[in-house]
Amino acid sequence: MTSRWTQGLGRLLLSRLFQAGLVAWLVGTLTFILTRSLPGDMAYRIAAGRYGYDMVDGAAAEAVRAELALDQPAAGAYFSWLWDLLQLDLGRSLVSGNPVIQELSHQLGHSLSLAIIAVLLSLLIGPPLGLVAGLKPGGMLDRSSEVAANVLRALPPFAVGLLLIMLFAVTLGWLPVAGHGSALHNVLPALTLALGLAAVSSRVARNAMADVSHSAYYAFSRTKGLNERQSFMRHGLRNAAVPVVAYLGVQFVYLIEGVVVVETLFAWPGIGHALVHAIVARDVPMIQGTALVMGLLFVMLNTAVDIACHFLDPRRRHA
Amino acid sequence: MKRSSAAWLAILASFNTWAADRSLDIAAPWEIKSADPSTSGYVFSRMRVAENLVTTDNQGQLAPGLASAWEVSDDGLEWRFTLRENAHFHDGTAVSADAVVNSLEASIAKPGMLDTAPIASVEAVGDDVVIKLESAFAPLPALLAHSTTLILAEAAYAENGDVTQMIGSGPYQVDELSPPQRMTVTRFDDYWGAAPAIAAASYLAVSRGETRALMAESGDADIVFTLDPASQARLSRNASLSLHSEPLPRTIMLKLNASHPFLDDKRARQALSMAIDRAGIAAGLLRAPEAAATELFPESLGAWHLGVAPSSGQDIEKAQALLAELGWEPNEEGLLERDGQPFKLTLRTYADRPELPLVATALQSQWRELGVDLEVAVGNASAIPSGHHDDSLEVGLSGRNYGLVPNPLVSLLDDIGSDPDNMGGDWGTMNWRDDEVAEWLDTLRQSTEEQALNDLAPLVAERLHQEMPLIPVAWYQQTAAVSDEVEGFSIDPLERSYRIDQMEWAE
Repeated sequence: MTSRWTQGLGRLLLSRLFQAGLVAWLVGTLTFILTRSLPGDMAYRIAAGRYGYDMVDGAAAEAVRAELALDQPAAGAYFSWLWDLLQLDLGRSLVSGNPVIQELSHQLGHSLSLAIIAVLLSLLIGPPLGLVAGLKPGGMLDRSSEVAANVLRALPPFAVGLLLIMLFAVTLGWLPVAGHGSALHNVLPALTLALGLAAVSSRVARNAMADVSHSAYYAFSRTKGLNERQSFMRHGLRNAAVPVVAYLGVQFVYLIEGVVVVETLFAWPGIGHALVHAIVARDVPMIQGTALVMGLLFVMLNTAVDIACHFLDPRRRHA
Repeated sequence: MKRSSAAWLAILASFNTWAADRSLDIAAPWEIKSADPSTSGYVFSRMRVAENLVTTDNQGQLAPGLASAWEVSDDGLEWRFTLRENAHFHDGTAVSADAVVNSLEASIAKPGMLDTAPIASVEAVGDDVVIKLESAFAPLPALLAHSTTLILAEAAYAENGDVTQMIGSGPYQVDELSPPQRMTVTRFDDYWGAAPAIAAASYLAVSRGETRALMAESGDADIVFTLDPASQARLSRNASLSLHSEPLPRTIMLKLNASHPFLDDKRARQALSMAIDRAGIAAGLLRAPEAAATELFPESLGAWHLGVAPSSGQDIEKAQALLAELGWEPNEEGLLERDGQPFKLTLRTYADRPELPLVATALQSQWRELGVDLEVAVGNASAIPSGHHDDSLEVGLSGRNYGLVPNPLVSLLDDIGSDPDNMGGDWGTMNWRDDEVAEWLDTLRQSTEEQALNDLAPLVAERLHQEMPLIPVAWYQQTAAVSDEVEGFSIDPLERSYRIDQMEWAE
C-alpha cells in the first residue's frame, strides 16, 4: 500500500534537492555579478545606506572601502562568499552590521504570514468561483467573473492596492491604510495579493471544470443516475483540482513579485521590502541572502505542489 | 439604577483614560536602520528619545541641552561643558560626566559629525566634560547638537562601542523598536524638563508618498511628513487636516567647475544663473512658489541670508550680453560659439532625490534659450564627489543641507574651506579660489564672538552671490499634514525634533 503511494516520490524529491542546490549557487553568483556591475561606486552607496546622503563624502566612502576591503579583486570576495555559504554562513549586512540570517528570519516571518494569508484568501475566492462558473460555461457568472479576472490581472498590484486603500481605509474607514502590528493590518496587503492570484486561479479552475463537465465520464456519471451534487463531488472536484493545484506553483512567481511591490506600498517590513532597500544600498550579502531565500522558497513551494499533485493524480505515480 | 449609573461612569472614565493615553501617530519616509545614533540618530532625536549636550530653541538658536552651560578658554582650545544636575537616563542612571565621555568617544570612533572638529581628547573633570582641541574650532557646540552625537546611557553600548539598545534621557522612552519601520514611545516620568502633554507616540517609516498621503486622509496617522505635490492639492481640500510647509536650509544648487575654460570667468557663471527661471521651476516642478532660491542660504540661516529680492528673476538678454563680452556669439542654430567651439557642458545629477532629474531637464531647456547646449547625465550620487576628485566634473546638480548642524559654517568649512591654497569640497565649490572668503571663514572657525558672525557671514554670502561658484536653484520645503485633533504643531527647519513634547490633544 505504502509503495503504491510513495512510488516515484523519492526520485521527485531528489531531483528537487539537486535543483535547490543549483538555484542557490546560480542566484548567489548572478546577484554577485549584477551588484558588482551596477553603475556607481559601491563604497559611496554603502556609506549612503549606512549614514544617510547628507553625511556622505569622500572620507566616509574611503572609510567604508577600507573596512570592507572593496578595493580587493572581486574574485576573492566571490570565493570567500561561496566558502561561507557551504558552511551555511550568509555573512553580515554591510549596512546594519547584523548577521544576514538574523535580519532575514525577522523579515521572512512577516512576508510568509502575508503570503500564507494571501494564498488562503485567493483559494477561498478563486477556485470556488471558477468551479461554479465552469459548471455553466458562457453563463452570466462565467462572463462577469472573466471580466473581473482580466481587469484584476491586468492592473499592477500597486494600483489594486491603492484602490483597495481608497475604498476600505479612506472612504469606509474600516481598515488601517498601512503599517503592521495588529491582525487588521494584514487584511489589505493580503487581499491585494489574493485578488491577483484569484484572478488567475478562478480562470484555471473554470477551464478545468468546463473540460470535466464536458467530458464523457462526467456525462456518464449523470446518465448513470447520480445527481448534480454527487457527480461534482465524486467525479468533478478531484479531476478539476489537478490543474488548479499545479498552476498554483506557477503563481508563486506572481506572489514573490507582488510581495516586493505590496510590501513597499503598505510599509510592511518583509523580505521584498528588504530586497529593494538592500539593492539601493548595495548591501551585497543582504541581496544574496534575500535572493537565495526567495529562490529556495520557490523550489520548496513547487516541491510541495508536486507532492500534492502526486497524491491527487494516480496517473503521475505510474508514469 | 445607581449601580448602572456607576457602571456608566466607569465606562466613561475608561474612555477618558483612553483618550489621554491615545498615541500620537507619525508617518515619515525615513527608515530606522538600527538603534545606533551613527546610522539612525535622527529618528531618536526627532521623537525626543535621546538628547544632545546642546540643543536648539524654536528659533533655531543654540540652547542648553544636557549641558546647562559651556565656556571656552581664551585660546579656543579647551571647552568645558557643565552638566545638568537632575537629568536621568531611561534606565534610571544619572547623566554623569563619565556617561557623556563614553558616548562622545563612541561617536568619535565612527564616521559622523565629530570628524570635522580637530578633537584631541574628551575627559570627565569632576562633574564637567572637557573637550580639548588641536586648533580652535568655534562651531564645536553646533556639532554637539547633531544626531550622531546623542548622549546614551553606558548600558546602551556593547563592548566594541556598538549601540545594542536605545537608552536616552529625553521626555519619551522607547517602548518597542522594530527596525526598519516602527517605533513606539511613552512619556518618561523622570524627565528633567517640563512633562509633555502627550503620553504616547508612534513612528512609522512609510517610503511611498502615496501611502503616507492616504494615511493622513484616513486618519491612520495624526502627522504625516513629506507630501508629494499631487497629494498636497488633494489634502488641502480635506477639512479635518491642516497643511504646514516650512523652508529647510537645504538648497538645490549647481556646482560649477570654476577652472573649466567656459566657466572660469565669473561673468559666465552669472550669465548661467540669470538664464534660470527659478520661479518657474519652483511653481511648476516643485509646486511651491516660495521655493525659488535667489540666493544660496534661506532665511532660516539668519546672518547668512542676504535678502535678495525674489523679483531678480530670469534675464536672458542681460545674460547673453555678459556672454557676448566674453566672445560668445550665437550661430545659425541659436547656439553660442567662441573660436568655432560650441558652448556645450555636461551636467551630472542623480535620481535618489526624485526632483533633481526633473530640475536638470528644466535647466537644460532654459539654458538652451541662452544658447548653451547642456547634456544631462543622470547617474549615481557618488558621480559628483568622485568627479570632484578626478576633476572630470563640469556641472553638478545636487541638494545640499546647510542645516546638518545648527551652524551652516560647519558645512561651509567642508564645502569651501578656510585654507586659501586648498579650497573646495565634495559638495561645494570646485577649483574656485578667493583668499578673502578663506580668511573670513578661518576667522569664523576660530572666533566665538557673535559680532564676528554678524559681520563676516553676510560678506561670505555676498561674495558667493557675486562670484557664483555655486548657483542656487531652489530651497527644499518640509511639508506636513496634521490632524485637527493635534494642537501646537510646528515644523523644526533644522529637522532635529518633531516637537511632540510641545503638542497636545485638542479638547
